[in-house]
Amino acid sequence: MLVLTCPYCGVAACETELAPGGEAHLKRFGPGSSDEDFEAYLFLRPNVKGVHFERWRHAMGCGKWFLAARDTATLEVFGTYRAQTSAPPPEIVAAIQAKRPDWSLT
Amino acid sequence: MSTRLPTGGRLIDRTAKIAFTFNGKRLQGHPGDTLASALLASGQTILGRSFKYHRPRGVVASGAEEPNALVNLGRGPTHEPNQRATVTELFDGLTATSQNHWPSLEWDIGEVNAALARFLPAGFYYKTFIHPRPFWKHVFEPFIRQSAGLGKAPDPKHQDPDRYEHFYAHTDVVIAGGGIAGLQAALEAGRAGATVILCEQTAHWGGRAPVDGVEIDGQPAEDWINDTVQALEGMENVHLRLRTMVAGVYDHGYVIAYERVTDHAPDPDAPRHRLWRIRAGRIIAATGALERPLSFPGNDKPRVMLASAMRDYLVNWGVSPGDRTVVVTNNDDAYRTALAIKAAGLDVPCIVDARETADGPLVQEARARGIRVLTGMGIANVKGLRGVVAVQLGRQAGEGTVVEDVVCDAVAMSGGWSPVVHLWSHCGGKLSWDAAGAFFRPDPDRPPTNQHGEGFVVCAGAADGALHASETLENASTTARKTLASIGKLAPDAAVSKATAAAEAPLAPVWIMPQGAGPKKRAKMWLDFQNDVKVSDVQLAAREGYESVEHTKRYTTLGMATDQGKLSNINGLAVLADALGEDIPRVGTTTFRPPYTPISMGAIAGEARGAIFQPLRRTPIHGWHEANGAHWEPVGHWRRPYCFPRKGESHRDAVNREITATRTSLGLLDASTLGKIVVKGPDAGRFLDMLYTNMMSTLKPGKCRYGLMCSENGFLMDDGVVARLDEDTFLCHTTTGGADRIHAHMEDWLQTEWWDWKVYTANVTEQWAQIAVVGPKARAVLDKLGADIDLSDAALPFMAWAEGRIGGIDARVFRISFSGELSFEVAVPASLGRAFWDKLLEAGAEFGATPYGTEALHVMRAEKGFIMIGDETDGTVIPQDLGLDWAISKKKDDYLGKRAQERAHMTDPARWKLVGLETLDGSVLPDGSYALAEGVNENGQGNTQGRVTSTYYSPTLGRGIAMGLVLNGPDRMGEVITFNTTKKTVKGEAPKTVQARIVSPVFYDPEGEKQNV
Repeated sequence: MLVLTCPYCGVAACETELAPGGEAHLKRFGPGSSDEDFEAYLFLRPNVKGVHFERWRHAMGCGKWFLAARDTATLEVFGTYRAQTSAPPPEIVAAIQAKRPDWSLT
Repeated sequence: MSTRLPTGGRLIDRTAKIAFTFNGKRLQGHPGDTLASALLASGQTILGRSFKYHRPRGVVASGAEEPNALVNLGRGPTHEPNQRATVTELFDGLTATSQNHWPSLEWDIGEVNAALARFLPAGFYYKTFIHPRPFWKHVFEPFIRQSAGLGKAPDPKHQDPDRYEHFYAHTDVVIAGGGIAGLQAALEAGRAGATVILCEQTAHWGGRAPVDGVEIDGQPAEDWINDTVQALEGMENVHLRLRTMVAGVYDHGYVIAYERVTDHAPDPDAPRHRLWRIRAGRIIAATGALERPLSFPGNDKPRVMLASAMRDYLVNWGVSPGDRTVVVTNNDDAYRTALAIKAAGLDVPCIVDARETADGPLVQEARARGIRVLTGMGIANVKGLRGVVAVQLGRQAGEGTVVEDVVCDAVAMSGGWSPVVHLWSHCGGKLSWDAAGAFFRPDPDRPPTNQHGEGFVVCAGAADGALHASETLENASTTARKTLASIGKLAPDAAVSKATAAAEAPLAPVWIMPQGAGPKKRAKMWLDFQNDVKVSDVQLAAREGYESVEHTKRYTTLGMATDQGKLSNINGLAVLADALGEDIPRVGTTTFRPPYTPISMGAIAGEARGAIFQPLRRTPIHGWHEANGAHWEPVGHWRRPYCFPRKGESHRDAVNREITATRTSLGLLDASTLGKIVVKGPDAGRFLDMLYTNMMSTLKPGKCRYGLMCSENGFLMDDGVVARLDEDTFLCHTTTGGADRIHAHMEDWLQTEWWDWKVYTANVTEQWAQIAVVGPKARAVLDKLGADIDLSDAALPFMAWAEGRIGGIDARVFRISFSGELSFEVAVPASLGRAFWDKLLEAGAEFGATPYGTEALHVMRAEKGFIMIGDETDGTVIPQDLGLDWAISKKKDDYLGKRAQERAHMTDPARWKLVGLETLDGSVLPDGSYALAEGVNENGQGNTQGRVTSTYYSPTLGRGIAMGLVLNGPDRMGEVITFNTTKKTVKGEAPKTVQARIVSPVFYDPEGEKQNV
């Protein structure tokens, strides 16, 4: 039963209020893309053990999608941020590196 | 005989009596008794039978870890199996029966299994009942099922009459356990100003300390306990809860606690159980420790008990389990039991101590009281069939040669103590092996961590390995203060009370007694009492190659009984480690999972039952449907009328009547449940072009277009009519069940992919009531109501919409049809839905206006070959499979699902495609039937070439009609193919099949003349 703070409404929301949406920061591949690119976009997820960026919707709250940086093994949450970005913002990267010095955004 | 002593019993009120029954026998106890203490006081020592060998079993423990004394409680609607007598508080009128025996508790036919024990080793069922294969289903399983299973399941005819509820709480600290460690921790937390919920699973504060003769600040522990509880009750920030067990710790400080509110005093006005759902900053597990049995031959017999349990029965309830009790131990603590027995005026013929030397203060005191202490000795055998008549002693270091018989009628055993680390472990806290104490304890460097990466569970007192009273309070205080500091709560300095108890010499680990016992003796040493797992079973598993403790557990069922290994998992692990030649910490433990002890299903369900199990969504016209005998069909959270049967009319007749009335004159459908989503903004058209397969941006205001929505994976997920309200605004209709899902889908793409597009969406499903006015007289009835809209075909053609007033009510009229008839779907404000419905019925009376339900809707759409999401689609179907290529724009560069539909598998000409199916004999094809093909697949199953997706009796055509997906179907018009059926096969004959001709899916009015009038 995770707790994630919705960056829009500020509520520390219990998992029962949230709907998960899988990995964040995927680049969409549409018509004209190669089979490999499209397959990777649609199906291939690294399923990392460790730092993970993921999509959540505050479904039973304000209804907004937001993104979370979380450790999938320890469930530590490094931060949540708005979904309107194609990469984790610097403060989130810094927050992760403060806790996981060996980690880098590659 | 076990019996009630003339004096003693700190928890019972001897001035009052309580009547209860056990197996129909009327018995008496005192307020404060548990069912177990009252039964023992009544001389009832056999309480049940073990699972596999049906061996007679008595009480072995005094608390939550009890594996044997499981009973059926209550009868009729309140019947509940597998209740532990040791934690069941006695109340007036309690009814209990023993379980797992036939024909009687004393004489059980399954006991023969015990004689066959040699042939029922670990994994016996796996090994034996594999061949021949069909025998499992028809012979073995029915037989095993009949004799297996503990307790009797409640009668499904009865509804649980009790009430259950959930409580929600947020708190700084949850403390599990109200012994002296838990109380001390609560005191620290309370003084630090933290909000505290302190839970104790029993009905009493203080835990074991009063029984064990602990003194605190020079006074009996009970005084300190009373003072502390009083102090805590005076703190507003501390909440105390008795009879409340912390059942589980979950991610990020989520805690489930289980409160047995009225189990001890049934009260129809109060809930029986309460489930606490708590979010806590920190959890302090002051959960104490559990005593381990010793593994000696015959250790499972009735009246062989844990030494601590025997002490509990003596001190707490004034019950003596026997007149002559032999104490067998590997530690000093068990001497307290010998002294307690002596103090009660009963005999202890000897203390059998496995250690070579024993000379601690407690040992000296026992000797001083004249108790014979035999060191380096063990029990080699327990004599007695349904109890104990004597024990035979042998050297612990030897093979079990009997050196002495000691006549006795009870045995108290102690193999040392294991901290209760369950709550620490639920979220992944790691353990380390304490070699001195021979137990696993929490490893402070590897705690379970929360969202901030901080440890959020700590163990305090005995649960942390501080077993001796002199360490317990100090440990609890230090641990609590450190934990509180980590959440910014600083406790003011205060002197910690000093607890004292007789010093104890170290124990000697003893996992098998005698250590050199041969196979015969090892097969009589029980580890898991309830599941009948013995030392020999675990050793066999090791010999057969089971190295992982998790595998051994499942193979032998060690620790899989209802006590979940609380009693003797450590013994089992130690035996396994020994058999594998490994160290115990290397073998490790099995996983601790919530709940700590079983909690009731009622508590989990809470209030969510019956009418409030889930919310019911009602349309504005729901009341009319209810009053007019609707037969309901659940659709999402809605309930829609399936049909409106008249008196004496079958559902099928009602459906046929509704269809005929609609096709020949006038039908009315409550379509309010249809999803309605407004999509608005300068980029709305562009957005809908991405969401739908067809082009929506070119739709003219005032017009409607049928649209298909696919997932990014290409599969058809929803369909519906889109109306353009104005240049910037579209109204998207979705399926009844799809509104919330599709709205979420839209928001997903808008918020996370095209966030710079200027579009706003709103789900307005419940703002409108929508009624489909259908049939040749549809226009006539609306005209009769008086419309300020020109409803003529010229002014409002098919797939157009208009706004105005009908019958004095503001309305939007959509000229769309899901039945193939002339049809107007009229949307009015929800608050006026019922009024508009009533007007239509009144005005339509002269046309025989007939309300119809979902089944008539389905049949009529199938007659027209219209697809239904969920029937023709199942998440693997693309629009191209359904012949819907006309609704897929060729001009658009992109839409969701377009790229996916270009994949090789999606463009494969061999995909099954939609066709109509007509049985040659006019019958209705069974739903879900498969079209049979030649040959068999690699699994030996018959090949198939298609399947039925929708199938109905069409009253319009007077025959069965169906739609289905068939290999190359559209190219095979007129061909006859064979479908399987569910009809019972006659022996010796081929399975029953039915033949159907492939036809166009449009069975009715293929030119569309009826809707274009």
